[in-house]
Amino acid sequence: MIINHPLLGPRDASEFSYLGDAAVMQRPNPKSETAAQEFYEYQYLRENSPGELRELWFHEQGDRSWLVVTRNISTHEITNVELARDVALNPGEVRS
Amino acid sequence: MSFIDKTKPLSFTFDGKAYQGFEGDTLASALLRAGVKVVARSFKYHRPRGIMGAGSEEPNALVEIHGGASCEPNRRATTIKLFEGLDARSQNYKGSVNFDLLAVNDFLHPFLAAGFYYKTFMWPKAFWEKLYEPIIRRAAGLGTLSMAPDPDSYDKGFLHCDLLIIGAGPAGLLTALNAGRAGADVILADEDFRMGGRLLSESFQINDSDGTAWLAQTLTELYALPNVRLMPRTSIYGVYDHGIYGGLETLTDRIGVKGVRQILWRIYAAQSVLAAGATERPIAFANNDRPGIMLAGAVRSYANRFDVKTGENIALLTNNDDGLRTGAAHIIDTRKGQHIVDAAGRKGVTSITLNTGEKIKVDGVAMSGGWNPNVHLTCHKRGRPKWNEALSCFVPDANTLPSDMRVIGSANGSFSLQAVFDEANKASQDLGYKTEASPQSEDAPLNLTPFWFVKSKTRGWVDFQNDVTVKDITLAHQEGFSSVEHVKRYTTLGMATDQGKTSNVTGLAVLADATGRTIPETGTTIFRPPYTPIPIGAFAGAHKGQHFKPSRLTPSHKYAAETGAVFVETGYWKRAQWFAREGEQGWRDSVDREVTMTRNSVGICDVSTLGKIDIQGADAGKFLNKVYVNSFSLLKPGKCRYGLMLREDGIAMDDGTSARFSDTHYVMTTTTAKAGPVFQHLEFCRQVLFPKMDVHLISTTDQWAQYSVAGPNARKLLQKIVDAEFDISNEAFPYMACGDITVCDGLRARLFRLSFSGELAYEISVPARYGDALIRELLQQGQEFDAIMYGTEALGVMRIEKGHAAGNELDGRSTAAHLGLGGFVSKKKDCIGKVLSQREGLSNDVRMVGFMPVNPKDKLTNGAHFMTLGDQESPENDQGHMSSVAWSPSLQSYVGLGFLKNGANRKGEVLKAVDFMRDNHVEVKVVSAHFVDPDGERLRV
Amino acid sequence: MRYSALKIFKEALTGHKGWKPVWRKAEPKPSYDIIIIGGGGHGLATAHYLASKFEGKNIAVLEKSWIGGGNVGRNTTIIRSNYMLNGNEAFYEFSLKLWEGLEQDVNYNAMVSQRGIINLYHSDPQRDAYVRRGNAMHLHGADAVLLDQAGVRKRYPFLNFDDARFPIQGGLWQPRGGTVRHDAVAWGYAHAADKCGVDIIENCEVTGFDIQNGKCTGVQTTRGKIGAKKVGVAVAGNSSRVMSMAGMRLPLESHVLQAFVSEGLKPVLPGVITYGAGHFYVSQSDKGGLVFGGDLDGYNSYAQRGNLPAVEDVCEGGMSLMPMIGKARLLRMWGGIMDMSMDGSPIIDKTHIDGLYFNGGWCYGGFKATPASGYSFAHLLATDTPHDTAKAYRIDRFSQGLMIDEKGQGAQPNLH
Repeated sequence: MIINHPLLGPRDASEFSYLGDAAVMQRPNPKSETAAQEFYEYQYLRENSPGELRELWFHEQGDRSWLVVTRNISTHEITNVELARDVALNPGEVRS
Repeated sequence: MSFIDKTKPLSFTFDGKAYQGFEGDTLASALLRAGVKVVARSFKYHRPRGIMGAGSEEPNALVEIHGGASCEPNRRATTIKLFEGLDARSQNYKGSVNFDLLAVNDFLHPFLAAGFYYKTFMWPKAFWEKLYEPIIRRAAGLGTLSMAPDPDSYDKGFLHCDLLIIGAGPAGLLTALNAGRAGADVILADEDFRMGGRLLSESFQINDSDGTAWLAQTLTELYALPNVRLMPRTSIYGVYDHGIYGGLETLTDRIGVKGVRQILWRIYAAQSVLAAGATERPIAFANNDRPGIMLAGAVRSYANRFDVKTGENIALLTNNDDGLRTGAAHIIDTRKGQHIVDAAGRKGVTSITLNTGEKIKVDGVAMSGGWNPNVHLTCHKRGRPKWNEALSCFVPDANTLPSDMRVIGSANGSFSLQAVFDEANKASQDLGYKTEASPQSEDAPLNLTPFWFVKSKTRGWVDFQNDVTVKDITLAHQEGFSSVEHVKRYTTLGMATDQGKTSNVTGLAVLADATGRTIPETGTTIFRPPYTPIPIGAFAGAHKGQHFKPSRLTPSHKYAAETGAVFVETGYWKRAQWFAREGEQGWRDSVDREVTMTRNSVGICDVSTLGKIDIQGADAGKFLNKVYVNSFSLLKPGKCRYGLMLREDGIAMDDGTSARFSDTHYVMTTTTAKAGPVFQHLEFCRQVLFPKMDVHLISTTDQWAQYSVAGPNARKLLQKIVDAEFDISNEAFPYMACGDITVCDGLRARLFRLSFSGELAYEISVPARYGDALIRELLQQGQEFDAIMYGTEALGVMRIEKGHAAGNELDGRSTAAHLGLGGFVSKKKDCIGKVLSQREGLSNDVRMVGFMPVNPKDKLTNGAHFMTLGDQESPENDQGHMSSVAWSPSLQSYVGLGFLKNGANRKGEVLKAVDFMRDNHVEVKVVSAHFVDPDGERLRV
Repeated sequence: MRYSALKIFKEALTGHKGWKPVWRKAEPKPSYDIIIIGGGGHGLATAHYLASKFEGKNIAVLEKSWIGGGNVGRNTTIIRSNYMLNGNEAFYEFSLKLWEGLEQDVNYNAMVSQRGIINLYHSDPQRDAYVRRGNAMHLHGADAVLLDQAGVRKRYPFLNFDDARFPIQGGLWQPRGGTVRHDAVAWGYAHAADKCGVDIIENCEVTGFDIQNGKCTGVQTTRGKIGAKKVGVAVAGNSSRVMSMAGMRLPLESHVLQAFVSEGLKPVLPGVITYGAGHFYVSQSDKGGLVFGGDLDGYNSYAQRGNLPAVEDVCEGGMSLMPMIGKARLLRMWGGIMDMSMDGSPIIDKTHIDGLYFNGGWCYGGFKATPASGYSFAHLLATDTPHDTAKAYRIDRFSQGLMIDEKGQGAQPNLH
């Protein structure tokens, strides 16, 4: 696979390591009364549905950016790549 | 018109007998010219087999080439470019290829029908492994491996292009010409060693002259274009995501030549054109596998390209007009109601019987059951071809093609040469390349009327190599295996080394007939990579032996090697394990000495392999508070602190120390094994979880050489090299101090007063390029103290004596509490892993404790499980396990660390440590994990 | 119909006219006592044991395409019970014992071949972990032998002992480990279940659950609604997709694992060999192909195909371990969907929906588990209590902190 890094251009996927569903960007509030349940769901439960997935890749053998890659896990087609830090700072915004 | 150079004879041997061929031959064409009929035995029935095809579709003619370690099994005679001195042999027989004892299977065939082995060999139970299976295994298999390491070299390479064209027949050549003239970066690959495809094998006219003239002219122009790379002998074997193609280029089949034999290419193509041609189908009539019965197109290939007559008196069996191109003495056209019902001649066809009852003497049969487009590569990304009723074959479905791929020519079901050229031009235009008028050539229709097989009581072969017959497929259906996938698996149809190139569609047709469905209703056949089998050696390339993975060498490596170090693999690192001295009887002598000398005076260990992460920014302390269980924000500059890090699931991830050099600057160390994962984790926290924190990270593991200097004389030694303006006395530089210093007259260095050994100890780091000089200087200056280097074994002994957890304890299942570090977890702040570490299941009373043998002569062994005295040894009674063990020269006893249920409350209890693996069961006493200097006095002096 | 050598002899002489379908092509009835979703190894085994050991009647297996087409039809055929942790070892040893009697039980030769499995070690910590594991196996009544380098060399002289980046130090050997002809497992269980009256319904895809007041009363399928008192789901890589129809999210991710087979070769390998310094394990099939695999591609996928880096990684491991396979050619590679769980261990449990039961999360170890998984799931479906050996496979173990993490990798499925 080829990941089109927003800063560095197309890179072979083997330069990256993979974490999975970008839902883990939303770490629950540890002070919440239901923190135990929220952290359990955050850490363990996954939608894991076929089709499009926003997921986290780490450019380990590159610039060490974490990227949010939008990839169809049924076809492996990639439609969007963003810097995870940008996404984290502006969670509502849709970029391309 | 042939492509054989008779002025260049080549000698070769087959089954030990000498033959001669010519430059331009394949092994197959040379054998046919020499009149060799039987070249192989089939897989199951060991039937005598001859050459059937002329390319990579060949199911029969598998041979071994080369001897000794270079022996290569299962090579297709049809794809071996003949060379001087080739040593080829037939395979898969007992006796000789002409007299194979295992041919008895053929006579037993009624008992060996499809799937027979699933229904028997079950009694008595023990006989399967002992009797039946060994017999089956010996009879099965094809060629042999030499069992010696493959002596050949393989390489890997990467190519990028605008357009990859797969197949250099007329379709591929014209496309390459159009794209090449337009200036595109083009790769034209063909599995054959000669480009031209069917132009080499047929006598086509192009633009009113011989087709080979057009071929020669086109190749000349293509070779002259600098932007076109022609890659003959390159099989594009697979299609992968995002325009990545796998290719295998064979440079030579010779052995003993210098350099690389094959290159595995990864090709990144913006667009591709598949022009891989088509494969002819046999027709399944009784005994259609006799030597001398060949595909019609192959007969023409041998005649036209190789100048070999495959027979003097050939019969042609065809269901289409293309077959009629074949020069044959007898034409049996199924469209006229004729077909063959049997063939005689076990070691070479001698006669055929027609449905009319007529028996004809022949010395060869050419079969044409139509053509299957080579759609293989269109399926590798789960594309499904569709059935074309008019052509009676599967053609690519434009809707399921890889988005960057176009298919043209006979691979697309366009079987006339004019249509091929027109389609190539059309594809070129679609890709944005200008074209000239199509070359003029014949536009002959195929005129095919399907004729797949002859119903018969005698076996007619569908999959020649795996011996799958029409009867096997109908039997499978009778037994309920009606899905095409079930039929494949039950009968092994299409599972042979040719991957069903000549058999899959015919098999589907037989199944369709049996089920009373049409072929598209019956199913489709999709192909998986690789298109042609690829040597495992080529996939590995140079990554084998010592080059399997990279090696990382420590800054002191050279010095250590000079001074007797034995190295050990620690991840990719090679670390000094111990330093053998003359007179020492084994590793234990060396390790005991290193421990004793360190504890008595001073020892130096290279700890550069520990991960080092530079952490800077206004929020650096806040950041460390998040990733460590304990607090770092209030740590004073000039101080170090031990830190424990959890995963988010509450399990201990890693430990180490972080040193604060200024308000905004920390230096973290990680364990050697976790240097990478911890850095990745910290970047995750920084970029993803806490993006607003002002903090930056950089890994400096490779930038600093770091040595641990440990022992009562550590300070005295360091004082000899630390520049005078830096006071490292106990008062000025106490335990857990850190600072920037200079050594050896101005060399920048960092000093940390840390101790893993329990002794007065420091870690000193200098820029990595000075690591070699520093270790030599330290040992030189240390001579007066008898300073030594110690290795990872002594390091391990001292840390166990001191009760420090390491990798064996931080095994991804232990919590802070298990490690006895529950008190470290700050109650005042959140950190990664804190919430989930509080789950009930993790709050058990397992604790890391120390163990000593009750009888000082007993040996402790790692991995032993603990049982309460008097309890039966059972999983239910399992109390824990021993995780680290060492012989302690300080205590003159084995000491161990381990995890024990209710460990905090069992000090003094005697348990049994059972180790069935070494048959070593000893009584052990539970003790504190801190065997040496439990109060930590020595490290503070 | 009973299979035997005698039957083959008779049929051979009479033109094979008497062979009947291995299993009937059943049509769905309006309702069943128990429906198993998923006609793979686990689903078919569940049906077989329900019918033969738990007096189950009126049982159907629903398969969306053809039976045995999932992971039981594409795996590296290994059976073993060499686990370390208590929650796992008893279960896998139970499974191995069931394998040992499988063929006589189902009257179908699945070619269970116990020619041993060796897991090689290349470092002291690896050895220590294997000793701990071997001892755990021994405590559970399984067989395990620690071999030193000489012991490994004696049995596997063709391995790379002399030019290795990570020298072989020894191995943990389980003589009873081995391989099984994978497709035949599905067919054998189908044959035996069918004989007990189980309806095996192919080309019948479940499209929804009928859930009323927290109780599952049946399923919607491409062949209509089918009622059921209990529904058991055993759909491996499709677990998340199917259970989402019941509104559940699972601690699973679907990943692609590739497997490989070489061209046929005369016998070279005794049993199964697992490399400890690279991603490579290998055995040789009765047909002669080297059957091998390695690590996951590493990313979530439902595509049933992988990419080149994983292929090269596996072959590099193979060549560094046994450099004599360089000229063996890779014939076929394929990718399967693995239901990777968050701790690398499976789930066999009731769900919060009454009458709906779940079996999944087998990661890439599901094949060897097939008999015990089927037996335990049958036990759960029949008695509503977990089988003794499968008690740890509860679905709430993640919220409770009772993970069974053999690899110690935590909640990251692609590392298990």
